[in-house]
Amino acid sequence: MSSFLTQEVPISWYLLLSAVLFSLGVIGFLIKRNLITVFMSIELMLNAVNLSFVTFAHQWHAVKGQIFVFFVMMVVAAEAAVGLAIIIAVFRARATLAVDRIDLMKL
Amino acid sequence: MSAPLHLWLIPLLPFAGFLLNGILGRRLPKWIVTAVALLAPAAAFGLVLNAALGLFGIGPAPGSFSSLPYVETCPLPWIDIGALHVDFSFVLDQLSLVMLLVVTGVGFLIHVYSVGYMSHEEGYARYFSYLNLFLFFMTVLVLAGNALVMFVGWEGVGLASYLLIGFWFRKTSAADAGKKAFIVNRIGDFGFLIGMFLLLANFGTLTFTEIATKLGQDPGWQGGVVTVIALCLLLGATGKSAQLPLYVWLPDAMEGPTPVSALIHAATMVTAGVYMIARTHVLFDHSPFALSVVAIVGAATALFAATIGLVQNDIKRVLAYSTISQLGYMFLGCGVAAYSAAIFHLVTHAFFKALLFLAAGSVIHAIGGEQDLRRMGGLWKRMPFTFAVTTVGVLAIAGFPPFAGFFSKDAILYAAYLHGANGKALWFVGVVTALLTSFYMFRLWYLAFLGKPRGEDAPHHATPWSMLGPLVILALLSICGGWIGIEPSGGLSNWTNWINMERFSGFLAPAVGANAAEGGSAGLELILSGAAVGVALLGWLVAHLFYRQKSRLPAQAAAALPGGYKLLANKYYVDEFYGAAVVKPLLAISTYLLGWVVDKALLGGAAWLLGGVATFAGALLQRWQSGNIRSYAAWLAAGAAAVLLFLVVPWPDVLASLSAIHLGAAGH
Repeated sequence: MSSFLTQEVPISWYLLLSAVLFSLGVIGFLIKRNLITVFMSIELMLNAVNLSFVTFAHQWHAVKGQIFVFFVMMVVAAEAAVGLAIIIAVFRARATLAVDRIDLMKL
Repeated sequence: MSAPLHLWLIPLLPFAGFLLNGILGRRLPKWIVTAVALLAPAAAFGLVLNAALGLFGIGPAPGSFSSLPYVETCPLPWIDIGALHVDFSFVLDQLSLVMLLVVTGVGFLIHVYSVGYMSHEEGYARYFSYLNLFLFFMTVLVLAGNALVMFVGWEGVGLASYLLIGFWFRKTSAADAGKKAFIVNRIGDFGFLIGMFLLLANFGTLTFTEIATKLGQDPGWQGGVVTVIALCLLLGATGKSAQLPLYVWLPDAMEGPTPVSALIHAATMVTAGVYMIARTHVLFDHSPFALSVVAIVGAATALFAATIGLVQNDIKRVLAYSTISQLGYMFLGCGVAAYSAAIFHLVTHAFFKALLFLAAGSVIHAIGGEQDLRRMGGLWKRMPFTFAVTTVGVLAIAGFPPFAGFFSKDAILYAAYLHGANGKALWFVGVVTALLTSFYMFRLWYLAFLGKPRGEDAPHHATPWSMLGPLVILALLSICGGWIGIEPSGGLSNWTNWINMERFSGFLAPAVGANAAEGGSAGLELILSGAAVGVALLGWLVAHLFYRQKSRLPAQAAAALPGGYKLLANKYYVDEFYGAAVVKPLLAISTYLLGWVVDKALLGGAAWLLGGVATFAGALLQRWQSGNIRSYAAWLAAGAAAVLLFLVVPWPDVLASLSAIHLGAAGH
């Protein structure tokens, strides 16, 4: 059993976790009605990608992947700021956050 | 040629006049419009006259006729595609010189006349810009060094003719007449075009001199394709020169202003067909069959139109049918290979027919637009001057010596008489036509000017000098114009010198070949011209009897031959026949086959089908664009998944295993 503890976690587990998180993000994005939940799903997908980035960076001893993660986090932070502002604006204008009802772009 | 002649200026000056008056004319004061309109043809005539005098050894730059033909080619290539090479070239030889003098000279006179005639008309500047445009194209046609340049002029004069016939376009009949002229001419142009294509295919060139050279080099060119080309060109000529079977547009063309009838539809444009045949005479010389077709068309038209002219009551229509008839004479002259005689008649006819038309114009002008001969009469007292010049014109066209028509008509009849086996028959038709011509011209003369006034007394307009001047000059030319054929060195006491016009044919011989007539003699010539003058006198006497002495005779004659009179009065029902045989079927095909079946059913159906498919597909695809962000995201995800699937799955292996299964199944 000690070998189980001392053994390194195989890379496939990280990737599997990343895939599961990403899929959860996609599903959440598609099925959730609340705009904030949809927003959170996007964060989830981005972080799943971040996870696979660091995994590969560790695996290939390439620092590029980790730097990429910083970039992604930066963009996510900006996106969160802008996105939340939009959400507040939408809520003020329409008194709802249901994605199905925000369909002014429809012809 | 010692100095360049600048032939290109001759057409270009009227063109400049056209542009100026056509674009700015409405805003310019009338005197500037008049000045521009008159200066352009005057300058062109001056250039031609300068060239002619130079060639005769007079003037600042004397040349000689031995230097002709003088060719002027545009330095830039016009059409240069593979083997096809056509230059924009002008050529001056004896033939084009004679024609240019007539076109610009008579053209200038008629411009002057128009200043008076059209002075009260709306569209004064438009009228003169069209007239200048006509002179531009006509001089291009005459100067053309190859068939294509000639065709440009040919189509251009057709356009100018269309514009001027329909000058009073608010009048439906005038607009229709213009369209009729244009469409009938198109049929002839079709022949001209086919002829040009055949020339290109067989000779590889459209230049007249090169064609003549090639025909001369190889005696094998005889009949066959040359006949076909000549007949195609003849079809073109019958359209432009109003010969059978395409003459129908010319009588209707009288809807245009009278000076236009004089210039375009009597003196110059309608003679383009004769000019074209003379220009391409080598082709006709190599095809006796085509030549005899020309002669028969000419003789038939001359007689046919003259019989219609007998009973017309509109003064301009009488002159129109007489023009067709005289053009038939010219074709007859061409058809017996007496091209110089035909051109001679062209020249004298331009003088006296322009004179007659302009005189008729002043009659119409003076009595307030009346054209019906039955409502004229006794005008000699009111317009003695017009009466005098008309008398000159009538004597000239009837062929009395020493008026111009006598010499040229005589030359054609003489050449016809000497021409081969059927020459006598052609001569006989010509003489009968001369009798009819004399009759209907004197009929016009008596009805319009003599007897008692029959119409109401319309207010009498004074005829301005701008109209009288051209009449005087044309009257003088109608008297003296025929004398250019007289050989002065032969002595005036020798009568044959008066009638055989050797000089003119000798002058034209380098361009159109010598008259081929053989077996003639001075005595025969004297007898023939005596016969021609005799029938002219007879025609006069009959007209005198009918319209001066026994005024009930015409009605009695019409009553005695009701069928014949009706046939003539209705112009042999040719218009009706063409309407039923050509226009109606064409309209029916256009309406039903082309309009309904092809246009509405086939094309409309295809368009409707395409539109329907597109609309249906659009309606289907529209559902895709729901405006719902989540559905877009789902499609995005599905697409990404599909791409991933495509990249991740090892398709070659999968396919290989699949085919292995398949093969295994087949193996069992």
